[in-house]
Amino acid sequence: MLNIVVCVKAVPEPKESCKITIDPVSKTLNRCEVAMVLNPLDKNAMEAALQLKEQYGAHITVLSMGPPQASPIVKECLALGGDQGFLLSDRAFGGADTYATAFTLASGIKKVGKPDIILCGMASSDGATEWVGPQIATFLDMPVVTMLKEIVNSAGDCWQVKASLEDGYRLLEVDLPALFTVTRDLNEPRALSFSGIIKARKKKITVWGKEDLGVPEESLGLPGSPTIVSEMTTTDNKRQVEIITGSREEMADQLLLKLVDAGAI
Amino acid sequence: MENSKGPVWVIGEQVDGQVVTVTLQLIGQARKLASQLGTTVEVVLLGDNIEEQARNIFSFGADRVYLGNAPVLDQYQSEIYTDIIVKLAKEKEPEIILLGSTHMGRELAPLVAARLQTGLTAHCIDLVLNQENILEQKIPAYGGLISIICPEKRPQMATVAKGVFPLPEVETGRTGELITLELAADLKSRVRTLEIVRTKPDGVPLGTAKVVIAGGAGVGDTNGWAEIEELAGELNAAIGSTRPAMDNGWADPESMIGQSGKMICPDLYIGIGLSGELQHMVGISGCRIMVAVNNDPKATVFEQVDFGIVDDCRQFIPLLTEKIRQHRSG
Repeated sequence: MLNIVVCVKAVPEPKESCKITIDPVSKTLNRCEVAMVLNPLDKNAMEAALQLKEQYGAHITVLSMGPPQASPIVKECLALGGDQGFLLSDRAFGGADTYATAFTLASGIKKVGKPDIILCGMASSDGATEWVGPQIATFLDMPVVTMLKEIVNSAGDCWQVKASLEDGYRLLEVDLPALFTVTRDLNEPRALSFSGIIKARKKKITVWGKEDLGVPEESLGLPGSPTIVSEMTTTDNKRQVEIITGSREEMADQLLLKLVDAGAI
Repeated sequence: MENSKGPVWVIGEQVDGQVVTVTLQLIGQARKLASQLGTTVEVVLLGDNIEEQARNIFSFGADRVYLGNAPVLDQYQSEIYTDIIVKLAKEKEPEIILLGSTHMGRELAPLVAARLQTGLTAHCIDLVLNQENILEQKIPAYGGLISIICPEKRPQMATVAKGVFPLPEVETGRTGELITLELAADLKSRVRTLEIVRTKPDGVPLGTAKVVIAGGAGVGDTNGWAEIEELAGELNAAIGSTRPAMDNGWADPESMIGQSGKMICPDLYIGIGLSGELQHMVGISGCRIMVAVNNDPKATVFEQVDFGIVDDCRQFIPLLTEKIRQHRSG
């Protein structure tokens, strides 16, 4: 049986994330009530784990780092078919950059027990750095394949996979245990089922804080982060806009005329 | 010249033996940073049979090239490349390491940064030195720009997309020092690239297109996206997208424009059903005519374009496509 860890993240609802803005005067974030959801690409990571479980039998651990409000996201993954859930949550984890985040998640994975496979979404919709997956692999001394788009052969301890490239793909061979970051091409995530939600009620989410991880506090959160935000500024991309008005027909005619006049069409 | 700071490094990338554009653009920026720091520009280039290409790099502004030249390095191999770069970086202690935000760079950079226990900033749109000679790494976020610094750890590392910095002027005859790296006899790796398969992209390539039609979340669904494709076909345009459009699965990931996608400089840009978030808009530079279609008159995109249409794009775009078709045939 495979031991699989899926790392997931609670992110602001992508459709509403534009509501978070920088205040031009105070240079701080204007946060507002934006709902937290499961990072879209993490659904593909979860789906990959579920398919492996169906094929070979597997025990799926869902792991997240975040505030207590991230707990429903872990629960959602348990309802999809995860077996156990862990939330790494502590004020000491706050302010972590990708390096400290990866270190914290890797510490959590070590405590869970070293898995055969770790799956992460390729990037989070809010940070979009793509660093956490490969850096977890580094801290656990595992090989990594980023941008996984197809698992060609998953029999045995040496997998053949395809990773996406700018214009095509790479065919790779990788020795397990290994970490993969997945793209949308990999699969079509399943929807939550009613029976899954009922079953998840009985599944426990364990919350671990800094003492549970047993790592030095200076390697966590802001103190453990090599990078910091030094400054926030607003930008000015403004152009003098001409709003074209009228009926739909008139607007289409006018826009066409403008584009033709400008030599763009 | 005082040389107290370590060199500025660029991790070079070659595809089929050709050094890619972003590497040369980064050498140009590295040259500027190195001049300010009073240090040198060094490039690490790994591949097979690429000594001539390595020598060509000097004319773009490099002072020294570390060349790994071996059949096993022909194609990017994550663990072998990481090991070579980490070992060399520990020895030479560069102040800054820059990589292209290519698929290779996006995998290699976090591996190298974690092994060197240092910070890494993703997809910067500008790199400048502040008064303390610390690298301010600018990225768009939350409708503005944030500057990220790595105050204590070294090297300071960043990835940058193709097109953020211009190609430097070529100085013909400029030379430098080529150092061929001694490689371990058996380079072992738990993950091995067996083959790289390149496919011809469909349609007009985004990076060089004269006309770009970009769609966002407001396009609504795959039917709405088909209307975008129809319009693009009519204008012989490339199709671009925002992250939400890609997240919804309508758009190909390679079509994403902006900070973590492609940088474009078309003549005409039409943004459809997108709000104008900076992460997307920052990918469009020097565009002559910009148009937005969005049903929300308050969308910030209307402050960043020349012509705005406040309407439901699902209704407006098919009509516009039809009008353009009639104009073409009439």
